[in-house]
Amino acid sequence: MSTTLHLGTRKGHFAIEKNGSGWRVARSSFLGVQVPMLLPDARDNKLYAAVEHGHFGTKMHVSSDGGATWEERACPAYPSKPEGTPDILCPMRQTPIPWNLEKIWSLEAGGADEPGVLWCGTIPGGLFKSTDGGATWNLVESLWNRPERAKWFGGGYDWPGIHSICVDPRNSKRVVLAISCGGVWETLDGGETWDRYGKGLFADFMPPGEEEDLDGQDPHRIDACVSDPDTVWMQHHCGIFRSKDGGRTWQRFENGNPAVFGFAVAVHPQKPETAWFVPGVKDDMRVPVNGALCVMRTQDDGKTFEPLRKGLPQEHAYHLIYRHCLDVTPDGRTLAMGSTTGSVWLSEDGGESWTRLSAELPPVFSVRFEKAGP
Amino acid sequence: MPLVEFTPNLARQTSAEACRVEGSTVGESLQAVFAKQPGLRSYVLDDQGAVRHHVVVFVDGTAVKDRRTLSDAVRADSEIFIMQALSGG
Repeated sequence: MSTTLHLGTRKGHFAIEKNGSGWRVARSSFLGVQVPMLLPDARDNKLYAAVEHGHFGTKMHVSSDGGATWEERACPAYPSKPEGTPDILCPMRQTPIPWNLEKIWSLEAGGADEPGVLWCGTIPGGLFKSTDGGATWNLVESLWNRPERAKWFGGGYDWPGIHSICVDPRNSKRVVLAISCGGVWETLDGGETWDRYGKGLFADFMPPGEEEDLDGQDPHRIDACVSDPDTVWMQHHCGIFRSKDGGRTWQRFENGNPAVFGFAVAVHPQKPETAWFVPGVKDDMRVPVNGALCVMRTQDDGKTFEPLRKGLPQEHAYHLIYRHCLDVTPDGRTLAMGSTTGSVWLSEDGGESWTRLSAELPPVFSVRFEKAGP
Repeated sequence: MPLVEFTPNLARQTSAEACRVEGSTVGESLQAVFAKQPGLRSYVLDDQGAVRHHVVVFVDGTAVKDRRTLSDAVRADSEIFIMQALSGG
């Protein structure tokens, strides 16, 4: 079982370790600076951190000792905008989409057979790939130049962003990613070409007749089952969906208990029929239903969903669990989640019961276990 | 040679030592600084080479006008100061 949990927060990185007396905050890094995304790379035990300075932009740092010491690496940067290239305007607000890195919103390792390959999803919607462990990054122009990008728009932030990147463990060239708002995309050739999918997704917020437009979908987060990557669960702005064909087609579930709105989703690494969510009141409220925090689990492929409340606050609790703030260990037993109000909980029984590790941390943006290498 | 100085808040994040460089514009002066301290560039300029949204460049006490191509002129005895904008960030 993993014994280190990494948190990226509004005020830095925190490592939480398990020792004889339980889990405790062991150390911090970049104190005072936003850390929107972390990646513990199981292939070589490197830890990557996106560090977002309020004034001086985002930088990438890497650690070889679990966050005790860091060195700055190259950060994904958009290439010079070619002279004469017209701006793409946000379809909602008619303002130009930036050609600058606004935020690193996802960071994933390539396959076990691709040492050094890293994927980075950003706001305003650019995907970056590194083949040298983050020494250099290149914008994946095959996706950035797709004409459909003109229809993408901001969901969680002002500009569209890539928040979920799923590398197929069976075939590292196959990558499925999700964009808020811009739907679900797949490459079968390591990023050379892309197709967009999403039949069955439904965006209630779109104008009548446009609800099934693939480019207007707002997946909040997708997660593929490690042992069955064709099973992908999605927490969408308009509910919960699940695909059994790698993201091409989706089934909608409206039987969430207590709700189908939320941001985070985690899939059991060995059991594709099991997934966890953190439900909330849609969508202008974004608080736990009745002020009672719960994690919601299905163990029967969506036939039923059950709220798991033991150990979680049930009165006047207004925690929001962002999309990258729920993680599960490879054995499917240990889960962790962090909230916008600086609480972190851990469950060592598949979500049945939870223990609060801290209520004193900054707002949490990213929760990731160190996972054992291959 | 203009003198280029930086807010101490920037020096806490990366190498940002004050230095005198050749340059007749803000852009030429900053490029000369970045040649000496390459890690500094991305802290001051965005991906397209414009001054970051929450960074301000002063020349002799006046904020520069051209934040995109950095064409404001500097004199041989000018002082260029890089600070964080109080607007946010």
